[in-house]
Amino acid sequence: MTPTHAMNVRPESMTGSQAGFGFRHCLMVVAVLLVWFAIVSPVQAEVTPQRAQALLQALDTDDFDAKAEAAQAIAASDAAQKTRWLEALLDGRLGRERRGERFYIITDDSGREWPIIDAITFEDAGTGSRRSVDAFRINNALRTQLQGLIASLSLDEGDEATRLDAAKRLIGEVDAQSVDAVAAQLDDEESSAVRAEIETALALYRVEQGDASALSTLRGNLDTRVRNSLSTIAASDAPIAAEAGETLAGIESKRAWYERGQTLFFGLSAGSVLVLAAIGLAITFGVMGVINMAHGELIMLGAYTTWMIQQLLPGQPGLALLLAIPGGFLVAAAFGILIERSVIRFLKGRPLETLLATFGISLILQQLVRTVFSPLNRRVASPDWLQGAWQINEALSLTLNRLGVLLFCLVVFAALWALMRYTRLGLEVRAVTQNRTMARSMGVRAARVDMLTFGLGAGVAGLAGVALSQITNVGPNLGQSYIVDSFLVVVFGGVGNLWGTLVAGMSLGVINQVLQPWVGAVLAKVIVLIGVILFIQKRPQGLFAPKGRTS
Amino acid sequence: MSLATVFKRNSLLDERSTWITSVVLIVGMLAVVVLHALPPDHAWHLNDSVVSLLGKYLTYMLLALAVDLIWGYLGILSLGHGAFFALGGYAMGLYLTAQQAPLAPWQAVMAHFPVAALAVVLAPGLLALVFGWLAFRSRVTGVYFSIITQALTFALMLAFNRNEMGMGGSTGLTRFDELLGFSLSSEGMTVALFVASGVAVLLAFWGCKAITRSRLGRVCMATRDAEARVRFIGYRVEHVKLAVFVLSAMIAGIAGALYVPQVGIINPSTFAPLFSIEVVVWVALGGRATLYGALLGALVVNYLKTVLTGVMPDAWLFLLGGLFVVVTMFLPQGVAGLMAHLRRRREVTA
Repeated sequence: MTPTHAMNVRPESMTGSQAGFGFRHCLMVVAVLLVWFAIVSPVQAEVTPQRAQALLQALDTDDFDAKAEAAQAIAASDAAQKTRWLEALLDGRLGRERRGERFYIITDDSGREWPIIDAITFEDAGTGSRRSVDAFRINNALRTQLQGLIASLSLDEGDEATRLDAAKRLIGEVDAQSVDAVAAQLDDEESSAVRAEIETALALYRVEQGDASALSTLRGNLDTRVRNSLSTIAASDAPIAAEAGETLAGIESKRAWYERGQTLFFGLSAGSVLVLAAIGLAITFGVMGVINMAHGELIMLGAYTTWMIQQLLPGQPGLALLLAIPGGFLVAAAFGILIERSVIRFLKGRPLETLLATFGISLILQQLVRTVFSPLNRRVASPDWLQGAWQINEALSLTLNRLGVLLFCLVVFAALWALMRYTRLGLEVRAVTQNRTMARSMGVRAARVDMLTFGLGAGVAGLAGVALSQITNVGPNLGQSYIVDSFLVVVFGGVGNLWGTLVAGMSLGVINQVLQPWVGAVLAKVIVLIGVILFIQKRPQGLFAPKGRTS
Repeated sequence: MSLATVFKRNSLLDERSTWITSVVLIVGMLAVVVLHALPPDHAWHLNDSVVSLLGKYLTYMLLALAVDLIWGYLGILSLGHGAFFALGGYAMGLYLTAQQAPLAPWQAVMAHFPVAALAVVLAPGLLALVFGWLAFRSRVTGVYFSIITQALTFALMLAFNRNEMGMGGSTGLTRFDELLGFSLSSEGMTVALFVASGVAVLLAFWGCKAITRSRLGRVCMATRDAEARVRFIGYRVEHVKLAVFVLSAMIAGIAGALYVPQVGIINPSTFAPLFSIEVVVWVALGGRATLYGALLGALVVNYLKTVLTGVMPDAWLFLLGGLFVVVTMFLPQGVAGLMAHLRRRREVTA
């Protein structure tokens, strides 16, 4: 027992059954009781049934002010049941026997006969009804006060998460009656996170009372309730209006920064989708000079692979998604190699014809999926660890699936880059890209490199499909919606340049997000498209032009 | 020297394919008009909807001509010609809409037919001029050009889908009543539009033929085959390309304007990249750089589409996709090239 507890007890002594005693008597009684509690039960204080009865007795009044004081007294008492009582009171489920002295808590008030328990012992007390039990009524002021009291009570109990939750609920709920209790909680609290929330709640109360010095605590606080109260104060003619306005401006500018961060995140995640979709295209275009119009459909195949693996493993979306990563890669790569071996190989050196033929393949694949599966969209479930959002603070939250796609994109990019940089295949690919004839005369089997490159590009498209299945529905038209964008990314970034593709995809994603609030989603896209078209006029080789004679 | 020889030597018609095509077109048109005029209970009678359908094919053939002119002779593969077609269509659509309800103030001039007719060629022409000037000046060629034309039509599709454009949003412009004071649903109008489309195809065919046989046409083909050399000889290649590109866009615009009253609707799906690329496969199937091949390809593919989408809709995309692959792999010169090949073999063996 800390000294502050004794202070808390003081209001209780003025009320209820003890109202008849003098103030001094009360203090003595309380002091004696406190000592006794401290001796009897050092951990969880218990009050005698008589004391509990007295506390509840005080609630039995028609005067709401007296009821408020009684509730305050309960909150400040050491009764182990107090939280339960206050919650029941808040729900209108705490009542008194009409012909008797017992108090009950109604556990279920839906029917005509209510199951009830004894309010003090929590023992089953059979059933009661409107006739036998008189539930205590509360008004709005009391309801607000009760919520504040319960919040501050839960500050005492439970683990850190519960206390933090309770402390957050306190913001804006502190009033003249509870301010001392809350301040007392602050001294008891050990967790700094909970302390910060309590301090905010107290500071907000003090600012509302006109205390300008408390404003410094609120500086940069992102809580909506703080912002609302401050803007009310700043708009009023209170003496601290100007200072509150200043603090508010600080908060607003901090919010604006976080909102920019949010936009950047959305842009980067949209960009990472573009990069994933475009990077396979960039490889095939760069190495073989081949425009693969069926690239979008390879993405779609990757997404459908994810869906199918999920159908095979019901109830395990996480495992299915992990299996879909190699699965999507292999399926799309197999289709890619098939396309290369059966069609593209015969159209060497005729890029426009290749474009048309691969477009034909894309139509066939689309229709194939429509016939085999269905023209309807399929929903791929997200595993738990990709659902929800990572709430960094009030103004900034990152959706986990988009964050996952962003990270996945970076991992795929890094893997591809390492492949190109450190493996024999990468070396040969780069050689063929730079000078096919020379590479062949040095003994590089260009046809084999073509096949593997195409398979690699297609496989990466499959990976893009796996990622896309987590943020959008899977349907036969999935690929079409990305193909124009991916081509723009490739052309914008510079053909056959991995870094160019990364920078181009990310910047297109961010530019699109930044434009969207001003002009709307569609017009933003149109502006980006026109912008890239104009950019290509200026720099036909893209952002990162290959050096030397290859251009 | 007989009259026929003079005629053949000094005119466009000295190529066998050209006069055969002209004769087939004229005879076919006359046949349709005559069959339509037969009494309705006659076995060979063609009803209005068939004539409208044939009229639609004619506008597609006109569009295919426009694509062949720049792809076949100039080697520029435009994957955005549907955009020019749609722009011409929207110009006509605005005029037709204005016959019922007043347009927004900035579109009000389109209520006058001469203005609308001018817009049909000027709107696509101007877009092609600006776009082509930017592209050809910085020597954007080959697949790059194809991709940015595709992006162009895609961007226009998104833009025309917006209601704020004042072009009917995603529904487009529809429910037309009358053209030049005549009801669109009357029998005479159906035939008149069909004949107008036929005449337009014929004129465009002769016009394109004339261009390809002129010095301009020869420079075009030289550019297609060896652009750098033509440049070194001293031709301003970008001017040549720009002129032909703009002309081709205008032809596409006219095709669109003739298409809209016969079909009764124009909406943003005409801007869809798929439509533009379909046009390319018509030309590829018929045979590039022959003009009559484009006409043939457009007719055959669209007839197949009408039949198949009615009978077994699922098969259509398989067939279309298959066409792309088969034509590019086995028939690089299209049906026209195949026929020429067979004829040469017959001449050799004979």
